[in-house]
Amino acid sequence: MANHDIDFAVRRGTVHALVGENGAGKSTLMKILYGMQKPDEGTITVDGEQVSFATPGDAIARGIGMVHQHFMLADNLTVLENTVLGAEGLHGIGAQARKKVKELSDAYRLGIRPDVLVEDLGVADRQRVEILKVLYRGARTLILDEPTAVLVPQEVDALFENLRELKAEGLTVLFISHKLGEVLSVADDITVIRRGTTVASVKPGETTPKQLAELMVGSELPSPETRESTVTTTPMLTVAGLRLCATDADGAEREVLDGIRFTIHKGEVLGVAGVEGNGQAELVEAVMGMRELDAGTVTLDGEDVTSRSTRERREGGIGYIPEDRHRHGLLLEGTLWENRMLGHVTEVPNSKGQLLDLSGARTDTARIVAEYDVRTPGIEVTAASLSGGNQQKLIVGREMSHGPKLLIAAHPTRGVDVGAQAQIWDQIREARREGLAVLLISADLDELIGLSDTLRVMYRGRLVADADPATITPEELGSAMTGAASGHLEAGEDDRDVQDSVRDSVQDSVPGQRDGGEER
Amino acid sequence: MKKFDKDRLILALGAPLLAIVAALVITSGVILTTGKDPFYAFYVMIDFGSKSDSQVWIINKAIPYYLAAVAVAIGFRMNLFNIGVDGQYRIAAFFAAVVGGSLTLPGIIQIPLVILVAMAVGAIWSSIAGLLKITRGIHEVVTTIMLNFIAASTIGFFLQDGRLAEKDGNLFHTPDIPASGRFFTIPTDPDPIYGTVVVAVLVGVAYWFVLGRTRFGFDLRTVGRSESAASASGVSVKRMVVTSMVLSGTIAGLVGMPTLLNASYNYGTDFPAGIGFTGIAIALLGRNHPVGMALGALLWGFLERTGTQLEFEEYAQEIVGVMQGVIVLCVVIAYEVVRRYGLRRQQRQVGEQLAAQARTSEKKAEVSA
Repeated sequence: MANHDIDFAVRRGTVHALVGENGAGKSTLMKILYGMQKPDEGTITVDGEQVSFATPGDAIARGIGMVHQHFMLADNLTVLENTVLGAEGLHGIGAQARKKVKELSDAYRLGIRPDVLVEDLGVADRQRVEILKVLYRGARTLILDEPTAVLVPQEVDALFENLRELKAEGLTVLFISHKLGEVLSVADDITVIRRGTTVASVKPGETTPKQLAELMVGSELPSPETRESTVTTTPMLTVAGLRLCATDADGAEREVLDGIRFTIHKGEVLGVAGVEGNGQAELVEAVMGMRELDAGTVTLDGEDVTSRSTRERREGGIGYIPEDRHRHGLLLEGTLWENRMLGHVTEVPNSKGQLLDLSGARTDTARIVAEYDVRTPGIEVTAASLSGGNQQKLIVGREMSHGPKLLIAAHPTRGVDVGAQAQIWDQIREARREGLAVLLISADLDELIGLSDTLRVMYRGRLVADADPATITPEELGSAMTGAASGHLEAGEDDRDVQDSVRDSVQDSVPGQRDGGEER
Repeated sequence: MKKFDKDRLILALGAPLLAIVAALVITSGVILTTGKDPFYAFYVMIDFGSKSDSQVWIINKAIPYYLAAVAVAIGFRMNLFNIGVDGQYRIAAFFAAVVGGSLTLPGIIQIPLVILVAMAVGAIWSSIAGLLKITRGIHEVVTTIMLNFIAASTIGFFLQDGRLAEKDGNLFHTPDIPASGRFFTIPTDPDPIYGTVVVAVLVGVAYWFVLGRTRFGFDLRTVGRSESAASASGVSVKRMVVTSMVLSGTIAGLVGMPTLLNASYNYGTDFPAGIGFTGIAIALLGRNHPVGMALGALLWGFLERTGTQLEFEEYAQEIVGVMQGVIVLCVVIAYEVVRRYGLRRQQRQVGEQLAAQARTSEKKAEVSA
């Protein structure tokens, strides 16, 4: 049973936030509301009428639309084509559809440019296309699944403007998020879910982020703060003159990484901030040895590992928490103990010589499950049957179990509940005290600022700015992430100016955006 | 934990059972539409198939089928579709026959030599597809199909009088392998069982051990399950593509050996073709499992053996082909259905157990508080 005794009511024309730990049952609840899964008991009432959804089609017919966390857009089609795809029956695919798109875009101030290819759009624009798609299908209630996870603060503000616009037009928004500050700033009502049931309904004016977090986890609030410095002077990872070229979809060769140089010392956490797609993933792959470099060297603990394979680097002491755990960190259909061997199959306790040590791996999996609080009924279940947070705990446990010298953590707490988040932060901090060097890549600026000893900002494949996490604010970091600021970031600029210049630069960076002629 | 194991057993048995029942129902329907009695047909098949000469025939027939299935399964386990087992075993058997026919050495040397030549030729032939895939990105299905044709033409070229073959009536074949270079047989009544059955068993055991118990096997299965996770975990996917293709071809090279060393002793224009494709069906049928594929190979032999008898009973002989097709389809569908059901069921059970644990721990907390 993933959910039981869920009760909540959403008022029309409001933004209603749903918060809760991962594995608390939010996704299941969403699936039920959107007709992807059937409830065993209980009722759903829309506009005073009891309904039951067998498919998402039924939900759409009732005016409920969903914007998924992972965008479902065809990159090689235009915005207009993506919008009408699958809904050709509504307004055709020609002038009428275009007119409708224009209307919706103007009415809700979405700033849609119908003829741009989706692949040329940034994350925030893609999200607006997703919202448009839902509206185009006649939705009056929108479900947004963690919409801010991929956005920088300025983009989040823009999204919230859009949501308020929707609300003003009488639409209802159901908003799912982990980020409590955001929830408090945009929601009219908040429902908290814990362990599959609704535990509280609060008004944003009557609560604080701390109280909300405590409601979510049922205990006190974790924090990423890590103030006492453990940085030593011994370099653990040195990257110099790194350059990497890749061929993009059009067949043109371009540099995805250029002139990257940094050193991480023992006991140091180096945080890399940046809007996704600016080369962070490639940087990780370069350090892991999954990509062949065009230039540059990678030195680990005094040894040049530039020409070593991924496996040799892992054996040499690199732990890796991948950005996309489903693609890079797990065998979803494999059992937990098979997943425990993944990436460390050449090491004790997983193998002896060329042979696998199945009993050793099983025993150690049981240890990880216990030590890292992986909530599972056993180690023979498949990784796919665990919730995201528990999958992540298993990965962290696995990577920490081989005494890493360097940990590459890409979004280590993405999609992870507050409780597991605190635990993962603790583990990183503890290992750091013992001399672990960490390369941290995250979209969560609070996490970056809280955990890092040094901060770098990545923009279009280059490290363009650096900052001191003790003094920097998320807003200042956000502006550097959009390329508006570079060099050493100093705190204390006028916030308003920064924000404006950022919004301009966001618009400038996407060519041909303004053919809608509408000021956002 | 016991509960999951029991469930898994039930699910594992459920799929083949479901498939067999569905296949029986469908073939009965097909026989009925031809105006014949399906139950009598099944009776004829079982009666004839269980005769001792039929049993020997079926086992002998199953040996190359099993080897071909293992060759295909190695590819399947790593998400490669080696459609070229057919070409690989034929060209391997041909060159092995040429080498075997031109030498007269003591058996202890000649037999391993012939087998090694076959394995090497099979490996070389399949490695072409592997290398093309990693260097030029050509899909292995395309290359292996092409290589099948090239293998057939190559054999056709050499299999002529004055080249590598001799004329014998209407047929061309390579020179016979001398008596000392032939594989032993197991004396059974009325016909002997091919000694190469030992080779098949050894290959099956090796397949199970290498894939399930070694680091290499784990790497191979990892690539098959998720290429991206494999490469992040430190497996070189490209190298694994070539290695597994070569391994698959090596085993494919053995497919012709039961015929060559136990029956024909030469490679002629009448050398059996198409076993590679049968191997694909059997690998699907046996779910790439060493024992499952053995049962599948025997079932296939049984159907072929008894199909001829159906003809004497005025049934259409094609009915066996229909049965084979229906069984494979049913098995593939049934396994997929059961697999998805099992996954969903497990996810739900995990959710339930966790929720139950959470509730009891909460209650305890309340009691203690």
